[in-house]
Amino acid sequence: MSTITAESPPATAGIRLSGLVKTFPGPDGPIRAVRGIDVEIAPGETVALLGPNGAGKSTTIDMLLGLLAPDEGSVSVFGRSPAEAVARGSIGGMLQTGELIRDLSVGELVAMMASLYPSPLRVEDALELSGVREFAAQRTQKLSGGQTQRVRLAIALVSDPQLLVLDEPTVALDVEGRRAFWATMRAFAARGKTVVFATHYLEEADAYADRAVLMAHGAVVADGPTTEIRARVGTRTLRATLPGVEVGALGGLPGVSSAERRGEAVVLRCSDSDVAIRALLSAYPGARDIEIAAAGLEEAFLALTGDDHEGAESRAADQTRRGGEA
Amino acid sequence: MPLLYTRYELLRTLRNRRFFLLSLGFPLVLYFVIVSPNRHVRNFDGSGISFALYYMVGLATFGTMSAMLSCGARIAAERAVGWNRQLRITPLTPRAYFRVKVLTGYMIALISLLALYAAGASLGVRLPAAEWLKMTALILVGLIPFAALGIMLGHMLTPDSIGPAMGGGISLLALLGGVWFPLPSHGFLHDLGQYIPSYWLARASHVALGGAAWSTMGWVVMVAWTVVLGALAARAYRRDTGRI
Repeated sequence: MSTITAESPPATAGIRLSGLVKTFPGPDGPIRAVRGIDVEIAPGETVALLGPNGAGKSTTIDMLLGLLAPDEGSVSVFGRSPAEAVARGSIGGMLQTGELIRDLSVGELVAMMASLYPSPLRVEDALELSGVREFAAQRTQKLSGGQTQRVRLAIALVSDPQLLVLDEPTVALDVEGRRAFWATMRAFAARGKTVVFATHYLEEADAYADRAVLMAHGAVVADGPTTEIRARVGTRTLRATLPGVEVGALGGLPGVSSAERRGEAVVLRCSDSDVAIRALLSAYPGARDIEIAAAGLEEAFLALTGDDHEGAESRAADQTRRGGEA
Repeated sequence: MPLLYTRYELLRTLRNRRFFLLSLGFPLVLYFVIVSPNRHVRNFDGSGISFALYYMVGLATFGTMSAMLSCGARIAAERAVGWNRQLRITPLTPRAYFRVKVLTGYMIALISLLALYAAGASLGVRLPAAEWLKMTALILVGLIPFAALGIMLGHMLTPDSIGPAMGGGISLLALLGGVWFPLPSHGFLHDLGQYIPSYWLARASHVALGGAAWSTMGWVVMVAWTVVLGALAARAYRRDTGRI
């Protein structure tokens, strides 16, 4: 029985990342880029890997694509190893960095890549779908950044993959380009394809994914429908100068989920900032210099992960590593 | 071999005019500069080979060696822009990728070779058809270790560093292989030459003397270099998986 399973995995097999760990050597000791990730993705799902720079998204994607071998754990793509899935042409990918090779027209380059796959889309369809038809005759070295990005999408799509993986695909695009890009991606996902994309824009995850996997410091800190994630990270912080008040008392105020002291000031994370500010002012009329701000994604991540010392240290290390790559 | 992929790969190499003209033009210009004043020398340096033939094959060695190593420069350039990673997530196998790169190198090498043959013929090189073919076959076989060397360098170096590495490497191989002037008939340089693949490439001109242009030693040296450089190239490829 086991051989049958190995040859033809069940049609329901999706993508499974189990216990992934990846550590890179760094100048100040090892950098734990990914520290134990478990994610399951059903076929046909569109999932965002959401997280700030250095969260481990690209490393995770490299392992999903088989470009990087995990130190621990395993990756299964439709019941196969990433290498097998790639060899069968089941994966289309748009990597974070990358330019095009020169001295070919856009149409020729897409046709060249299409020829490598067992059952590609028609080249004209891929050009149309990704909006590169009008400059299909241009040489690749003459394209703008936005055009290049769309050609890279055409290359990812032309293979007609079961799984489309996009690593921060809209970074080089303007607002209009982004809208067009996601329209294409949605049309593609509507054909029952599985899509995994990495982003650090909450709005993109919210608008285009069924589900978001929040990552920080190389670990998954939340995984659920985007509406849930939005509720969790869409908090506000209230900051006020208020010396001499015990933090524990502030944390207990209505509408406040946690409180923290920073010198003279206190920072309150609010589940409902309207309720919180009324409660604060009635209890402590002396509070001044009050600011209420929507929590940035980065800040929200810290709230979810706990801003422990180790986390801050590894974040700095991750930033160093990214700087070295650039 | 993926046909359409190969076709476009050859096409884009031919479209890169600057590269193409330089790699073809340089050996040709050198050939005319060196040979024109001496084209009537029938027995160059007592070798029994005419000056025009000696340098025709010498510069063909130089030109084809450069053409094969230029595969490496193209690989390095593709790695630098992340294209290599893009290809790794396609069903294209590394074996097919290298085959296409080597074929591209051979295409340029062959064009360079034919251009030098034409130049040689214009300066009086005359050989029976069988000897032209034999010589060509030896040169094409002798290029295999250089293909492996190109792939290895392409995966180890950046586009910035591969230029000087190749320029220096080719000059040294040409010098030690007797491309610029015949090696002495005995002594250290002569002995060293026996172990260098470019020496045997340049030796292809000895078909004009009759007998075997390559001794058993020649074949052994070529096979040994191919095996060693092939293994090193495979290792360089396997180690080179990350982002640059």
